[in-house]
Amino acid sequence: MAISNRKLGAAMFLPAIVYVLAVIGLPFVLAFIYSVGDVKIASVGYHFVGLDNFRSVLQSPSFRRSLYDSIVFTVATQLVVLVGSTILSIALKDKFRGRGIVRFLILLPWVAPVSLGAIGWKWILDSIYSVINWLLVAIHLVRPFDTPMWLGEPTLAMISVVAVESWRLLPFSTVILLAGLTAIPRDIPEAAAVDGADFWRTLFQITIPMMLPIVNVAILFGVIFTFTDMTVVYILTRGGPYDSTQVLPSLAFFTGILGGDLAEGAAISIFLVPILIAVAYLMLRVAHRTEVA
Amino acid sequence: MGRGARKFLDRFAHRFIVVAFSVLLGFPFYWMFITTFKTTNDLYNLKNNPFIFTDYPTLEHLKLLFNETRYLTWVENTLVVGLFVVVITLLLALPAAYALARLTGRWGQRLGIAIFLTYLVPPTLLFIPLSRLVAILGLQDSLWSLVLVYPSFTIPFSTWLLMGFFKSIPRELEDAAMVDGLTRFGAFIKLVVPISMSGILTVVIFSFTLVTQEFVYALTFISSESHQMVGVGVPIYLVRGDVYYWGSLMAACLITSLPIALLYNVFLDRFIAGFTVGAVK
Repeated sequence: MAISNRKLGAAMFLPAIVYVLAVIGLPFVLAFIYSVGDVKIASVGYHFVGLDNFRSVLQSPSFRRSLYDSIVFTVATQLVVLVGSTILSIALKDKFRGRGIVRFLILLPWVAPVSLGAIGWKWILDSIYSVINWLLVAIHLVRPFDTPMWLGEPTLAMISVVAVESWRLLPFSTVILLAGLTAIPRDIPEAAAVDGADFWRTLFQITIPMMLPIVNVAILFGVIFTFTDMTVVYILTRGGPYDSTQVLPSLAFFTGILGGDLAEGAAISIFLVPILIAVAYLMLRVAHRTEVA
Repeated sequence: MGRGARKFLDRFAHRFIVVAFSVLLGFPFYWMFITTFKTTNDLYNLKNNPFIFTDYPTLEHLKLLFNETRYLTWVENTLVVGLFVVVITLLLALPAAYALARLTGRWGQRLGIAIFLTYLVPPTLLFIPLSRLVAILGLQDSLWSLVLVYPSFTIPFSTWLLMGFFKSIPRELEDAAMVDGLTRFGAFIKLVVPISMSGILTVVIFSFTLVTQEFVYALTFISSESHQMVGVGVPIYLVRGDVYYWGSLMAACLITSLPIALLYNVFLDRFIAGFTVGAVK
């Protein structure tokens, strides 16, 4: 009985694992093989070239710039999302009238296709017809015809892509934190209130520490989603101006797919792997800790 | 400060936070809406207040979108790919999830975590080798390339979700069915699958919305306008030369996003349960 269960289990599990290995495992390994080879889009055959691609990548100013931009993009987005979603999840914790519709509005950025949300922002940040600029002119913060070029000036462009990425991830992080908040037994903050702790003390000494495990989960997913995303950057700026918003995934796309140099593109995307491994490791630790607890 | 004043202030702060975030997060969709129905003249006149209609609303952008662009072709492509991906996902994830929940014992938990971790491997790491594999299979510029590749991210998460779902079904149900003469596999097909319909529906919706949200693979594998998916076709091909037809572009964004958002919203709590399993008790 037990043996036949095991065989049946393997038979039922195998198709899925074979599929996933073929479509994730195989290209994952190929990415490493390409990165030490000379594969171009139209080339035939494969020659091992050692670390040549990595050498040329590391010497390229575009790569250094995009490594730096990727880190700025990821860290800045996580900070904005973390602060925003903590405030928002605490505000949404208790029931109030209209919570359903507020929840729907707040979730829109996450559930709508990311490329469509991003193109919406491109219109909002338009160089001539930006509604933000119209507002700034209307309240006399800037002069007409001297309005900020949100996507055309390096620092503003980085701020813009961080803002849009944060806009997209904030809902996800908020619902994850909400799940954590509702899991905190109600009587603990209430007991603290009875003992005379005010809102802020309860918040910083009880609620936030108790949220920490779930905050970890939100940050880990957030880092992966941000560090490996190229959609927002591709749609808003194409990495420009002057590579000032170029991130590793978009550079890999421009080099490997549009530029046709698959090997060098693969070498660039390999730089995503250390972060992936670190996050996977931390996630397993979170999973393990809660299993033990 | 008196208690009443304090309470009033708290409520005011709460309202303010909720309203501010709703406006910040929802604004682009309001913007899509108002752009969709504004006359071109109204859109591009900087003297007009952009937040409201100065001219009467118009349907010209919607007419342009439906009559003179490939928008409906992209929607159709997305639906077809979505359908195939959902079927493949169910065929593979359902048995795998059941095996992990019931049959593999101690290994189940570890294999489950392993399959979940594959969800973390991003398309932006795989798209370069995959573009070559797709070419070798002769699937460049074909929707079949997407049908083949998309299950790579729907299967792991669906398996994970369904595994949790199956674990919540009492074992005694299957044991009783097996005493009545069903095989283990028979009990899975005839008993477990039918009572898991709400879990299956969640996976269907989830996989489908993931297909509509995907961008990188469709951008990489599909090169002709008529084979494109809606998520790439709208932001890439509704731009003519350097001119953006903002009215029809925003109309397409709005019409595509709203149904997906409504569907997703209904099933949201289950997805979140999938992401937070383990970390929340």
